[in-house]
Amino acid sequence: MSPWAIEFDHISKSYTPEEVVLTDINLSIKAGELVVLLGHSGCGKTTLLKLVNKLLDFDSGYLRIHGKKISDWDIEQLRRSIGWAIQHGALFPHMRIWENISYVLRLQGVEKNRRRERAAELLQVVGLPAEYLDRYPRSLSGGQRQRVGVARALAANPSIILMDEPFGAVDEQTRLQLQQELLQIHARFGQTILFVTHDIHEAFRLGDRIVLIDEGKILQAGSKEELVFEPASERVSSFLGTKGFSALLDDELLCDLHAQVQSGSFDPDLCLQRLAAIKGPALKAGPSASDRSP
Amino acid sequence: MIKSIIGLYHQRSQFFIELLLQHLYITSVCIVITTTVGLLLGLLMTRHPLIAAIVLRLSSVIYTIPSIAIFGILVSITGIGLASAIIAIVLYGLLPMVRSTYTGLTEVDDEIIEAAVGMGSGQRHLLFWVRLPLALAVIFSGFRTMVVMTIALGGIASFIGAGGLGRAIWRGISTNYAEMTIAGSLLIAAIAIVADLILEYIEKRVRIRYLGEEG
Ligand SMILES: Nc1ncnc2c1ncn2[C@@H]1O[C@H](COP(=O)(O)OP(=O)(O)OP(=O)(O)O)[C@@H](O)[C@H]1O
Ligand SMILES: [Mg+2]
Repeated sequence: MSPWAIEFDHISKSYTPEEVVLTDINLSIKAGELVVLLGHSGCGKTTLLKLVNKLLDFDSGYLRIHGKKISDWDIEQLRRSIGWAIQHGALFPHMRIWENISYVLRLQGVEKNRRRERAAELLQVVGLPAEYLDRYPRSLSGGQRQRVGVARALAANPSIILMDEPFGAVDEQTRLQLQQELLQIHARFGQTILFVTHDIHEAFRLGDRIVLIDEGKILQAGSKEELVFEPASERVSSFLGTKGFSALLDDELLCDLHAQVQSGSFDPDLCLQRLAAIKGPALKAGPSASDRSP
Repeated sequence: MIKSIIGLYHQRSQFFIELLLQHLYITSVCIVITTTVGLLLGLLMTRHPLIAAIVLRLSSVIYTIPSIAIFGILVSITGIGLASAIIAIVLYGLLPMVRSTYTGLTEVDDEIIEAAVGMGSGQRHLLFWVRLPLALAVIFSGFRTMVVMTIALGGIASFIGAGGLGRAIWRGISTNYAEMTIAGSLLIAAIAIVADLILEYIEKRVRIRYLGEEG
């Protein structure tokens, strides 16, 4: 079996002849990796994600899933083996929570009792009480719905999970909690996760690897450290707000920042403030926090 | 007047029961046909925009033709009798049925449909597990309109030789016997109202069940 879960190989895609949405995307994702696609609104993140479960087709290049060309997969089989979670959860309003969670199992013909059991298991995994099983989505809060959306994506034990801003519509505190839970789930089950966000902080908290996308091109794909301390271009550091970091940092601060980046608690805004306090005017040349908000 | 109508029901109860049963039979047949054809046509329209445009246009045109004229045209093709009556009634009932099926199915949230497809639903799963249940409340309201319409139109059908309560109306008119006309009309109205009330109740349940809407 291929060590690569997903391989984008010179992928390009456009919706209209005038506008190319994705240009020459090359990206290989190892099995078990949690990769975050980070970029401003409209840069093509969702488009890239939807190529993987073939909700969209690309124009040129190759896309392989588990080493096999996507065109060689039975499309419904492939989709059932890929978890898919999106913003607001997109739950089925006419199905109970347990039916929502176990939808893919129903497609696979798993019998009803087994499906319900599995839904109960997953409800626990995403931290919701068992009495929610028989409720309808409308009686849940936004955050609870997103949890159910994640549970639904996990139901069939998919080896790959695609998540498109799944925590986009909840308050900051709930989001932090959901992120923690996702990390725990990933540590426990080791799926390959492709996670889309436009939030730098979320990306830094979650990603083993971050893929920075701008206008349909990959600016850089790398670890948090690489992005911050070895940016591939000016655009990377101006996107992250870390322009001029490496030149300014002394050893102590660098270690400190390294630790922060590694633990996922890295916050470019705080760093800038600290650096400004130490280095004063030297940093003024860098970008201000306001012109890089996502 | 009211007394004499009640007296008439008493006196001719056999006659009215027979007409009532005929009426129920004719409308039931029409409802089954209209529902089936309407659902299939509505479904077909969601797949082919061209068919949708044509059907929607045609079915509104039908409404601009007076029903008597339609009966007249049909009689010249399919002759006097039940067949012509059923065809005419079905033609009229189709619009609410087709339109509600079509709108119901097309109005289902794209994101929900995409989620279902993205999780690996086949065409059939998508239709029966997701789209139809979510369109059901809208389709049902069209169904309700159609049923009431069909019951009322059933009265006119007797004019081209089909049975039903219209015959009482017809007889009343041709013999200048107002009570008879009114007695027939009242029964038709009563069936329509009862059917509407029952369907209204069911529609409410469907709305709550599938869409979570109260009232
Ligand atoms: N169905 C479509 N038809 C035409 N253009 C589209 C379509 N979907 C997306 N686009 C365009 O493609 C580009 C990328 O869209 P995409 O949805 O992938 O962005 P995104 O990075 O997910 O943005 P967001 O963060 O706002 O979700 C945008 O410019 C968008 O206008
Ligand atoms: Mg998007």
